[in-house]
Amino acid sequence: MDDSPHHGAPPDEPHGPVRHVDGNALAGLLADVFAADMTMALLACGHCGQAGPLAAAVVEDDGAAAILRCRSCTRTLLTVLRADGRLSLRIGALARLDVAV
Amino acid sequence: MTVGGWRPATVAAARPATAHARILTLHVPGWPGNLPGQHLDIRLTAEDGYQAERSYSIASSGPGESVELGIDRIDDGEVSPYLVDVIEPGDMVEVKGPLGAYFVWDAGDPAPVQLIAGGSGIVPLLAMARARSAALGGEAPFRLLYSVRSPADAMYRAEVDALTAAGIAVDWRYTREAPGEWDGEVGRLTAETLAAGTWPPDARPLVFVCGPTRFVEATADLLVAAGHPPERVRTERFGGA
Repeated sequence: MDDSPHHGAPPDEPHGPVRHVDGNALAGLLADVFAADMTMALLACGHCGQAGPLAAAVVEDDGAAAILRCRSCTRTLLTVLRADGRLSLRIGALARLDVAV
Repeated sequence: MTVGGWRPATVAAARPATAHARILTLHVPGWPGNLPGQHLDIRLTAEDGYQAERSYSIASSGPGESVELGIDRIDDGEVSPYLVDVIEPGDMVEVKGPLGAYFVWDAGDPAPVQLIAGGSGIVPLLAMARARSAALGGEAPFRLLYSVRSPADAMYRAEVDALTAAGIAVDWRYTREAPGEWDGEVGRLTAETLAAGTWPPDARPLVFVCGPTRFVEATADLLVAAGHPPERVRTERFGGA
């Protein structure tokens, strides 16, 4: 299993020595975050604290920008921009994103 | 939950569902199969390179490279008029999917399932009802409430009526015009008519609500007000009016 110090424990309760590495070391971990279907991911709003599955959040999509809003307080959680063959993910009021592994 | 980019797909069959909707069967080489309730994205590319994408629910589920879609025309839409009025068997599109994990029925879940469809919102719910009907010995009690403007606006009408033979209770709701023999009310769902056409919160059903955004929001609000736990009410909004 993964024995990285930031996995499975809150940041203020490390359960092992801190390893000073670089982003390459997160390839496998972040693949679990971003390769999953995101509709069941739990998103928490940093403004009002409401948390719920991404599938239940409000979306406004005009083809260029998809804005994901908190259903409770309407703050923009995140925005996905499509332009020039690239996708740009901009984090707004999103405080936390949880996925089941 | 395979996604993996765009795949070419060929229209294998097209048949009318209502005066403004059509059922398309796509042949998608390499399609990994899908779960009941999942959707896909369709991408159309014009001769000048302009591209448009939209999401459509899948009426079929299970393995195989054949995918059935039920598509309702949005008159000022960019994609649906082409899919309903123009595209023909042999034509090609691109698809991405299957997509979604939230609005999906798990055939292994024995909990009662209450389906509530508004208009073309029947499509992913029919996939769930079909899966339930096909599951030999499937035990989960199913009930469907289908709200349509008039009998002529009901997609899959005959198949929905036939679900009762598979043990699925079906309740109709007509918002503008009911069939001649109808002795109930006509109009949008209210707290009373919703309660009459669905299982109560005490039954602890998992509720799937799909349809136009305003229908889904109004229905989900009524369900929660009636005592259904919000986390047991799964919603999928199609947008539009």
